[in-house]
Amino acid sequence: MDLASAQVIGAGLAAIGVGAAAVGVGNVFGSFLESAIRNPAAADSQQGRLFIGFAAAELLGLIAFAVAMIILYAR
Amino acid sequence: MHQFQIAPLAGDLGSPFAFTNSALWMLIVLGLIWLFMLGGMKRQLVPGRWQVAVEGVTGFVTSMLATTVGPEGRRYVPWVFTIFMFILVANLIGLMPFALAGAHPFTVTSQFTVTGVMAIISFSIVLIVGFWKHGFHFFSLFIPHGTPKVLLPLIFLIELLSFMVRPFSLALRLFVAMIAGHILVEVFGSFVVSGINAGGVAGPLVSVLSFVFIMGVMALELLVCAIQAYVFALLTSLYINDAVNLH
Repeated sequence: MDLASAQVIGAGLAAIGVGAAAVGVGNVFGSFLESAIRNPAAADSQQGRLFIGFAAAELLGLIAFAVAMIILYAR
Repeated sequence: MHQFQIAPLAGDLGSPFAFTNSALWMLIVLGLIWLFMLGGMKRQLVPGRWQVAVEGVTGFVTSMLATTVGPEGRRYVPWVFTIFMFILVANLIGLMPFALAGAHPFTVTSQFTVTGVMAIISFSIVLIVGFWKHGFHFFSLFIPHGTPKVLLPLIFLIELLSFMVRPFSLALRLFVAMIAGHILVEVFGSFVVSGINAGGVAGPLVSVLSFVFIMGVMALELLVCAIQAYVFALLTSLYINDAVNLH
């Protein structure tokens, strides 16, 4: 296998992490909505924590994206 | 890609004093924020629409610091407000379709150097405030309460590592979120063009579908612009809370 095709395959494999982060972000917002509907009065006070969880889950997906880009354009 | 390239507008790119398109768009962002603030700082007793908008943003940042840091948070409003406004306006300006008029917008926050400098300043504020207020007691931040003696070195190392990674994660999150959004729009924009060029029945269909998708992505990107600015400001205030209140 030559370098170019290996790079493309590697970048594709690294992109799996982005999908995993999508699951994580969906989980964060889904769980928030689930509990916010049960107790709407407490929902607004927890919005900061919601975005902290979102940021933590999203960061790992963005790192996967950065790794994919590094693999794809490294020489 | 062309939209992420830094080109010198005046001077040589090799010299440290080149005036680049990045610097130009930073100045434009600064000018816009300046105009926005100037229009709303009339201190009328019955505020007009503009003043309500400005007071809304400042009140938002102030209340965010009040809830995360507490009463001492007011001292850090200037810095958190600065980064919040700069990131928000820079992100939004980078999305605007000025290219239709021939001016290529440059997303300032899509450069790791820019976001990195902002993250390093936030991190330095945390370090300076922490050591200033608590001295070497600041290191107790790395030891959670009730840690067993056996685990102490390991927990200390892990907490230290997670502390030192903070500026990188702050800068990386913003920069990659901007890059990824712009690349997504660019890729699907190229699908529109190549679909039209391909002709036949399937080609224009792909173009139309891609165009509809771009509209959805742009709406999402507007949301991401605001969320990333909010997250950067929120995490900065959380880190400041660590330095001010320890645990």
